[in-house]
Amino acid sequence: MQQTSWIPLFPEQASSFAWQVDALYFYLVAISVFFTVGIVAAVFFFVVKYREKEKFATGAEIHGSVPLELFWSFVPFVISMTIFLGGAIIYYNQYRPPEDTMEIYVVGKQWMWKSQHGTGQREINELHVPVGRKIKLTMTTEDVLHSFYIPAFRTKADVVPGRYTTLWFEATKPGKYHLYCAEYCGLNHSGMGGWIYVMEQRDFDNWLAGNVSGQTPVEAGQDLFMNKLGCASCHAGGPSQRGAKLEGIYGKEVKFTNGQTAKVDDEYLRESILNPSAQIVEGYQPIMPTFKGQVTEEQLVSLIAYIKSLSGVTATTSSSSSNSTMTNTATPANTANNSNAASNAANTNRGK
Amino acid sequence: MQNVDAINAGNFEEPKTNYLNNGYTLKSWLLTKDHKRIAIMYLLTISFFFLMGGVYAALIRLELLTPQSDLLESGTYNRVFTQHGIIMVFFFLIPSIPAMLGNFLLPIMIGAKDLAFPRINLLSLYIYWIGAALALFAMMQGGVDTGWTFYTPYSTTFSNGYVMATGLGIFINGFSSILTGLNFIVTIHTMRAPGMTWFRMPLFVWAHYATSLVMILGTPVVAITILLLALERVARIGIFDPAIGGDPILFQHLFWFYSHPAVYIMILPGMGVISELISNFSRKKIFGYEFIAFSSIAIAVFGFLVWGHHMFVSGQSIYAGLVFSFLTMVVAVPSAIKVFNWSATLYKGQISYDTPMLYALFFIGLFLIGGLTGLFLGSIGLTVHLTDTYFIVAHFHYVMVGGQVLAYLGGIHYWWSKMTGKLYSEFWGKISAMLIFVGFNLTFFPQFILGYMGMPRRYASYPAELQVLNIFSTAGASILGIGLILPVIYLTYSVFFGEKASANPYMHPGLEWRTSSPPPTENFEETPIVTWEAYEFGEESGLDLEEARKELAKV
Repeated sequence: MQQTSWIPLFPEQASSFAWQVDALYFYLVAISVFFTVGIVAAVFFFVVKYREKEKFATGAEIHGSVPLELFWSFVPFVISMTIFLGGAIIYYNQYRPPEDTMEIYVVGKQWMWKSQHGTGQREINELHVPVGRKIKLTMTTEDVLHSFYIPAFRTKADVVPGRYTTLWFEATKPGKYHLYCAEYCGLNHSGMGGWIYVMEQRDFDNWLAGNVSGQTPVEAGQDLFMNKLGCASCHAGGPSQRGAKLEGIYGKEVKFTNGQTAKVDDEYLRESILNPSAQIVEGYQPIMPTFKGQVTEEQLVSLIAYIKSLSGVTATTSSSSSNSTMTNTATPANTANNSNAASNAANTNRGK
Repeated sequence: MQNVDAINAGNFEEPKTNYLNNGYTLKSWLLTKDHKRIAIMYLLTISFFFLMGGVYAALIRLELLTPQSDLLESGTYNRVFTQHGIIMVFFFLIPSIPAMLGNFLLPIMIGAKDLAFPRINLLSLYIYWIGAALALFAMMQGGVDTGWTFYTPYSTTFSNGYVMATGLGIFINGFSSILTGLNFIVTIHTMRAPGMTWFRMPLFVWAHYATSLVMILGTPVVAITILLLALERVARIGIFDPAIGGDPILFQHLFWFYSHPAVYIMILPGMGVISELISNFSRKKIFGYEFIAFSSIAIAVFGFLVWGHHMFVSGQSIYAGLVFSFLTMVVAVPSAIKVFNWSATLYKGQISYDTPMLYALFFIGLFLIGGLTGLFLGSIGLTVHLTDTYFIVAHFHYVMVGGQVLAYLGGIHYWWSKMTGKLYSEFWGKISAMLIFVGFNLTFFPQFILGYMGMPRRYASYPAELQVLNIFSTAGASILGIGLILPVIYLTYSVFFGEKASANPYMHPGLEWRTSSPPPTENFEETPIVTWEAYEFGEESGLDLEEARKELAKV
């Protein structure tokens, strides 16, 4: 653990917006000190100066003052608006991921954080990221609420079962930083944490190279798509295609039978797999069965990564995601081996 | 006018029977319709729960003395902090001032014989007892480990504690709040004595009016939420659990739609007490009466619009987050107005340093810090870092303990002579007030720093580098504990051995001081006629101050 902050008892600044949060914090500390000292001094002064001169004497006849009331309503209002605006700007930037991010998937589970890089490396309770890259976490949970919290980055976001939440950051300083679960999640809540390792790009590349990488999410998703779940029987090209054409769909607008439209993003794809009959895209029949309960969160993440790759979206460092092998080559036996390899990789990381 | 003069001069005959000696049997207490006796029964029950919540707090602080979870293993620790929260919020803080001081004083302060519905008032007490008994039963069986917030899907699917029994206890207890709120509102509207206009009412009554509004509008929502929780847990109907088609965020919306306004149930009555103390012990009209009165109403109304600020990182839309942040900043203004007005009231007063006044002054200091740190947490960009850390724990303890508990203790000391007819030891009163102030700050101030360093709340174990501040906090808690036990001793002592109190030991103008101590069952021998404004200390109040000074000199 590094404690190299120049202020004692102060957390390290290690992300691109840490200094903004700290600046707002010190602005508020200054305001608080000003008002606390001012009011406490006034109260102290009055209490001493106007101590009762005689038992049961009567204080001065003062009822109040409307101008004064307006003054001390208006001034706090203006100050609180500056605080609101400062906070709003920081929050807006923190919660809207930029375009050119490196994407990592995170799944929370009682009581561990599982993550998977675009290049296939899986980690548990650890996350290695390169310094100076914008990193976007797409997160969900297999059970209850959790919250992914990195104090040194001044950011956190809850993970919610049944949907994706995102968190992005750009680490600015190599080092090892605490990762906590900040939303109470039961028995071993305080044990659900670990470390974020921020590395120089070179070290990060070495780390990637030195790690068993198993299947990439795109490969795993392709496997599910082609073999395990049988999506290909309706969604792959060819004369038998009854389901929506998925190539190039990501990021486009789709129009539903009821006239509404939606943009195809991660959340939309997730909903379409789990609850396909909720909204039907124009020109298709509501024939797709639900996959709720048949795919795990980690499989869903892979499936979505694969569908995105069909639109040329590979938001990772990965160089190996292969769109070319569209043919149905993998056998069920292979599939089993592959998923073993993946969980072995996870176990290896856990053992570290 | 005759009547008024007689009362004011203090030369009315002390009645032979007062509310305390009017029957000694258990039945005369359990079947009483007297709001004062009901208030005393609340006092005893609430004190029991405060003690119990305090024991849990002590266990929490002892466990956090070391970074490892060694005294309590984490499963036990989770239950302990959950019980601490449930007891303190639902069975101590919410009923504390309204059901106890409010019940005792509100009718007397407006010159009424009792509340509008005395039987319903007794019913409220019984409902509170039944709810509390259920929650206690659940606790005996092993308790719950969901946190007092009962977030789904943990509480519905994953927790194996006695969630339903505890939930039912809180559900039932809610009706006690609703009925008390209803009773107060009707009483204030219909039972004021002749001459007691709305703007002559003590601010304590205004604060209780605002509190009652929140109670009757907010509490049904938590009842509905608990009912939905039960439907899901028992009948597996998908409401909050995504596995069966529900939405966990919906629970948070419903829960905080009540529980945020409930925060104001826990502070508005305290603000009412402080307005009384500051004005009376400065012997001066309160500065900006109307502004304080309406700021209570404004807090009650705006309090319903800010629940989303508990959910900034929960996954709600970022635009919703921005709106809730804005509204939270707006609700800070009426609280600021109150603090400025209290401080300005001291200007050119005749200030005495009795124990209740010490509590009021300490309240201003602690509430200032509690309120200002609320701005940190309302500022959405900052709260992403701060929420669910010890910063938030420190913040709400500054408001709830530094605010409401100090006001509650200040109120109990102030009206002790009225309630019991006895005087407590001023010396010990001041000592304990100071111990509480010092102990409280030492306990909770380090937690702001811990929170900014990133220590998450509800952690049984924590990184070793955070230990020093936790040791400070635990040390402070032991001082705070002593400060809180002392009043139990010297106040109880005063009931049996204390000096007898006169009707108006402080020569304060409120109606409660214009009847005997303790008051007769019907509060006043004759219905008072109010001819003075609120907080009138001079000639117009009709108080015979010369006489009182002479009396004092004799002693």
